[in-house]
Amino acid sequence: MNAIMETAASDCHPASVPDYTPLPELRELQLKRLQAVVTLAWKQVKLFRSRMDERGLTPEDIRSLEDIARLPFTQKSDLRDTYPFGLFASPMKDVVRLHASSGTTGKPIVVAYTQKDVDVWTSVLVRCFAGCGLHRGDIMQIAYGYGLFTGGLGAHYGAEGLGATVVPTSGGHADRQIMLMRDFGVTAMCCTPTYFLHLIDRAAELGVDLKELPLRAGVFGAEPWSESMRKHIENMSSIEAFDIYGLSEIIGPGVGCECRRHQGLHIFEDHFYPEIVDPETGAPLPDGAEGELVLTTLSKQAMPMIRYRTRDITTILRGQCECGRTLRRIDRIGRRSDDMLIIRGVNVFPSQVESALLQIEGTLPHYQILLTRLQGLDQMEVQVEVTPQMFNDKIGALQELHHKLQGALDRVLGIRVRVALVEANSIERSEGKAKRVIDRRTS
Amino acid sequence: MKIHQVSLFAENKPGHIAAPIRLLEKEGIDIRALYLADTEQYGIVRMIVSDWQKAARILETHGFVVKVTEVLAVEVIDHPGGLADVLGALDQIGINIEYMYAFPDAREGKAILIFRFADPDVAIARLQTAGVNLLTSDELLKDQ
Repeated sequence: MNAIMETAASDCHPASVPDYTPLPELRELQLKRLQAVVTLAWKQVKLFRSRMDERGLTPEDIRSLEDIARLPFTQKSDLRDTYPFGLFASPMKDVVRLHASSGTTGKPIVVAYTQKDVDVWTSVLVRCFAGCGLHRGDIMQIAYGYGLFTGGLGAHYGAEGLGATVVPTSGGHADRQIMLMRDFGVTAMCCTPTYFLHLIDRAAELGVDLKELPLRAGVFGAEPWSESMRKHIENMSSIEAFDIYGLSEIIGPGVGCECRRHQGLHIFEDHFYPEIVDPETGAPLPDGAEGELVLTTLSKQAMPMIRYRTRDITTILRGQCECGRTLRRIDRIGRRSDDMLIIRGVNVFPSQVESALLQIEGTLPHYQILLTRLQGLDQMEVQVEVTPQMFNDKIGALQELHHKLQGALDRVLGIRVRVALVEANSIERSEGKAKRVIDRRTS
Repeated sequence: MKIHQVSLFAENKPGHIAAPIRLLEKEGIDIRALYLADTEQYGIVRMIVSDWQKAARILETHGFVVKVTEVLAVEVIDHPGGLADVLGALDQIGINIEYMYAFPDAREGKAILIFRFADPDVAIARLQTAGVNLLTSDELLKDQ
């Protein structure tokens, strides 16, 4: 029944109609837009022009979608090297908005939007939220940071575009977030998954039962999160949790999002063309193969991105989703090509640490991985913040917890790590995003 | 008969116990007894305070992880054998002590023992039957 209802594109939000574009029509639209954006970048962006010249390419060489593989990649370093405006393809008078990354490593990354870009951004977010089953009448609390970070304003415009009532709380002030969630009867929450975990814990401390609230959906993104984390969130708060994907370089949140099937994230590929490539060689990989996601903005005016290397590792899923959308889906992103840690020769992903922690307590405490080197040997310490649920006034109970955590981490990672129980709120938070790894190894 | 004990988690680092204690003192909370159970890495600060609800609230508001547990307080004469008498009584009635600590009473010649039992209600019943004198919360805090 659900499938039939959902496939009826006419039933959905008007903005969602493109989600159901018949494939031949979609591919034709993509090719037309690809040719236009390549032409725009070729004419306006010096760096892109010179890279095309090196390959002896002009926009006329793009005759099919497969020809995209002939185009040069764009990397994050290109944005840094051309800071601040070097990759703009529109004059500043047409740019209505600038966003920037927090710039924790050197110069920030600047991204630009024309009015048309902002409108496209809003439209894809409306399609995200509509796909999550949200609509006019929903009360959406946006707890992504507002400001230079794309999360807050992006989600805000999308929620307004949907026709929902927006509560723009931005990040931080957990007690106030919970109070407003309860007092306003908020039905959907947008924030990072780790921030929502924090709200779950804090609500329990304040005696607020999230399950009793009208809250029914959460749209979580801006960092990778696991399937076990989803289960935990859904169990603790009785909501349906959706994974949303995006990155500032491409547009911000809203590049892709789960539908209610939760079988991968639909990429709004009429605007963002996805490819999977071998992270080492850059060679294109077929749908179904795991590799690095590469995205091309098909309609962006202010700052087109041609074959942008996201560093996110995923798979383009084969076959069409049961929801009826023709948009291809990517698998949930569990890791990035650059977040892999090599510790004493063993590959370790922070997501593995997360799943080990979840095994023990059924709650995901705040944690951080600290890497050091002692006499030439890598040392890994996992610092785990003690939550009220974990704390016990008996030292034996804490030691038992400590041993259990140690055992789970050793089993999952296959290497010996040191576990440290640390005080609540002692691990630094930044912009609601968790900084998971501190690497103090010097080679 | 049950006394509310406030426990908090602290890392075993300089200054990590002083901070919460200072916080309580600033808010006018009297710390009647304090006991630290520690390992090399971390410790548990256990306290009997003049207003446990306020203390727990203040600590939680400041981000500390706090647990309130019910413990029992026994007053003994502060002379050799005083403690042994009480422990002997506990042995007789066959209940396990999770942990205990002792401190001298402000009243001369007395000491107070704090006991944590798995089931305080069972412990109260059996201790009273055995004639052990349990202090109420008011009695424990009345000198404040």
